[in-house]
Amino acid sequence: MMRSRFDEQLDLLNLELIKLGALCEEAISAAAKALLDNDAVMRDRAIAAEREIDQKENEIEAICLRLLLQQHPVAKDLRLISSALKMISDMERIGDQAQDIAEITRFINEKYISNHKNIADMARATIKMVTDSVESFVQKDLALARSVEAYDDVVDDLFKKVRTDLTRLIRQNPDQGDYCLDLLMIAKYFERIGDHAVNIAGWVVFSLTGRHTGELT
Amino acid sequence: MNKFSVTDLTLKYGDFKALKNVSLNIAANEITSFIGPSGCGKSTFLKTLNRMNDLVEGCTITGQVLLDGKDIYNDMDVNTLRKTVGMVFQKPNPFPMSIYDNVAFGPRAHGIRSKSQLDEIVETSLKQAAIWDELKNRLKKSALGLSGGQQQRLCIARALAVQPDVLLMDEPTSALDPISTLKIEELALTLKKDYTIIIVTHNMQQATRISDKTAFFLMGEIIEHGPTEELFAMPKDQRTEDYITGRFG
Repeated sequence: MMRSRFDEQLDLLNLELIKLGALCEEAISAAAKALLDNDAVMRDRAIAAEREIDQKENEIEAICLRLLLQQHPVAKDLRLISSALKMISDMERIGDQAQDIAEITRFINEKYISNHKNIADMARATIKMVTDSVESFVQKDLALARSVEAYDDVVDDLFKKVRTDLTRLIRQNPDQGDYCLDLLMIAKYFERIGDHAVNIAGWVVFSLTGRHTGELT
Repeated sequence: MNKFSVTDLTLKYGDFKALKNVSLNIAANEITSFIGPSGCGKSTFLKTLNRMNDLVEGCTITGQVLLDGKDIYNDMDVNTLRKTVGMVFQKPNPFPMSIYDNVAFGPRAHGIRSKSQLDEIVETSLKQAAIWDELKNRLKKSALGLSGGQQQRLCIARALAVQPDVLLMDEPTSALDPISTLKIEELALTLKKDYTIIIVTHNMQQATRISDKTAFFLMGEIIEHGPTEELFAMPKDQRTEDYITGRFG
């Protein structure tokens, strides 16, 4: 096999992206548990994961730059490496937002934590989107990448439901205004995580087709 | 506008088909790169564009090559063709004479005798080849004393001296160091406003840096031809993809 060294480096890039994806999933999951179970250990885990994500982003960026420098990639290799460089920025933002969620849980009073089905659903949905977007990159699965883009509507709908619930809650219990705003922030962070997963899927589509989703005829 | 229009060109060396029904249009005032593995026919194709295969024993050519609409194999005198279509080779090949005489060689062969006219042609050609400033004080010195990069630019000046329309370059930088290579590439980019340039290269970064269009040759056929950026970012044919990504064979 020609260019075996190059292919080994690309395999390493894939592997590191899988690890970064797993860290993102872990961060979102820990942040969700910190909120829903009022679990301080999970909160600390989400915050620690953010640092690991930043470090992994730097490592992957270094791999990509080394590949560009040494291998002068073209065609699918160029698209793959440039897409990876863009994807890791979105993954790093996912880590930030999971951390933001975890930080907010510090200020949420335990007694109010109940019946957050829609927020729990948002957490599950965004974890699925991040998992699927990374999986679509690794498996070069165009259909899966497109399904992530479509799935964003589910998260957006859940956000609207959360917002409606919270508006009602504020009206009924004006003294819970701070709490409701914190929850709205959390829901918004989940919604943004979904957007970043869509971006990742969009780069997978570009990597595989040479065009962005909107450009496809 | 097409400078060359090649249709159904087949070239055989004896029984061996070096080019198989090749058709290709080459736009004027653009740089076109030919890429492909050794023996794929790209240099052979380049040579058919100024009939340098004519004297190769056992070489037969069928098909049509139009230059500005004129059939170069049937409607054009070979001397006129070679004046219109200049060639620069892989290895710089200055004549063993002075720098001045190298550049004046072509114009003299075409009957120009006036000293002032020759002086002007030599200066203009050397300026076009971006080497005038380096050589203007040593025009009477032997061309063989120049560096490889200078020799190659002198050969380009010599080709330009007969005022061609087209410049064929067969791996013009493969024997040069990186700085000389970049000078030739800069030169090609400058010259394309006045000339049509066709370059055979094994250096794919070079093709991506300087050419507007790229044609990928494989086993005597053109597999893919199109805008360079498209061909290198999103090749249409798997064989092109395999070759340019180095996973060929």
